[in-house]
Amino acid sequence: MSGTKATPLSRRALLWVPLGVAAAGGVGFWAMLRGMRDGSYDPRGVPSALIGKPAPRIALPAVEGIDLPAFAPDALAAPAAPVLVNFWASWCVPCVVEHPQLMALHRRGVRILGINYKDKPADAARFLARHGNPFAALVADAEGRAGIEYGLYGVPETYLLDKGGLIRWRWAGPMMPDTLSAELDPLLRRHA
Amino acid sequence: MRALLFALVLAPGLALAVGRPSEMLPNPAAEARAQEIGRELRCMVCQNQSIEDSEADLARDLRRLVRERVAAGESSDAVRDYVHARYGDFVLLRPPFNWVTAPLWALPVIVLGIGGLVLLRMRRRQAARTGPAPLTDEERARLAALEKEL
Repeated sequence: MSGTKATPLSRRALLWVPLGVAAAGGVGFWAMLRGMRDGSYDPRGVPSALIGKPAPRIALPAVEGIDLPAFAPDALAAPAAPVLVNFWASWCVPCVVEHPQLMALHRRGVRILGINYKDKPADAARFLARHGNPFAALVADAEGRAGIEYGLYGVPETYLLDKGGLIRWRWAGPMMPDTLSAELDPLLRRHA
Repeated sequence: MRALLFALVLAPGLALAVGRPSEMLPNPAAEARAQEIGRELRCMVCQNQSIEDSEADLARDLRRLVRERVAAGESSDAVRDYVHARYGDFVLLRPPFNWVTAPLWALPVIVLGIGGLVLLRMRRRQAARTGPAPLTDEERARLAALEKEL
């Protein structure tokens, strides 16, 4: 019978299985740790459920005391160029860290629509006066309604909408200079 | 005595209920339904608590949303689907069955299957090792006859 001959070989191969599993696990774990260190992997990160879907249509008022127009929900349906929707608040410390990147994008001509999340209008005005205004339009989400519509779980959070009004990218947390170069810029080029 | 016992049994429930009375729906049946929905929704900020258990801001917003929709007469499934559509599979504490979560659900079955196969093989090998059954009287007689012929 051929089976009797094959058995010792397959048994010897079986000895390598635990070693192989451990090695694969080790490589995976190493990749995870490396990703966590350079920021490309976030174990608590959750992909947005809205990728590839149209941006939520929610009408919100302009922020009182800030000389910026509100944007109508229809403005997100078919923008002339890709736009960013940025959730921010004056009470949010990472938003301060992110702000220079928003200003840089604004200077490059990227249209950024701001959603001021659960903020006091006076505080928001002070924030923009101090750090500069990158927004083409700004609305107030005092109750966090728009946040829920977008599936937001913290500020800042940024969404990229293509010309069809579909959400192509979501960044939870502050966008850093390398976020722009590594993630956003290629997408802006692709959807331009 | 009985009244005291009754009060003790009810006390924890009451304590929970007065924790945030302003949030609760006036209709107890609707409130119970809202709590049932909320207990299956994950708080995205704390990640290991339901929105009913969490004091995070976002959890409070979601609790309010669930209650508004329940009060408006929406079905429990519709409310759950509303939150699921915006927050994805992760918001459901009981993950749904779809092609992304299929490995998760299939894993116990696969492991059980492998275990069963290993057991089956072990048993078969053991059966092979015990060797053939002893000869019956008839076979022994035939063997004796054959030997005599040689």
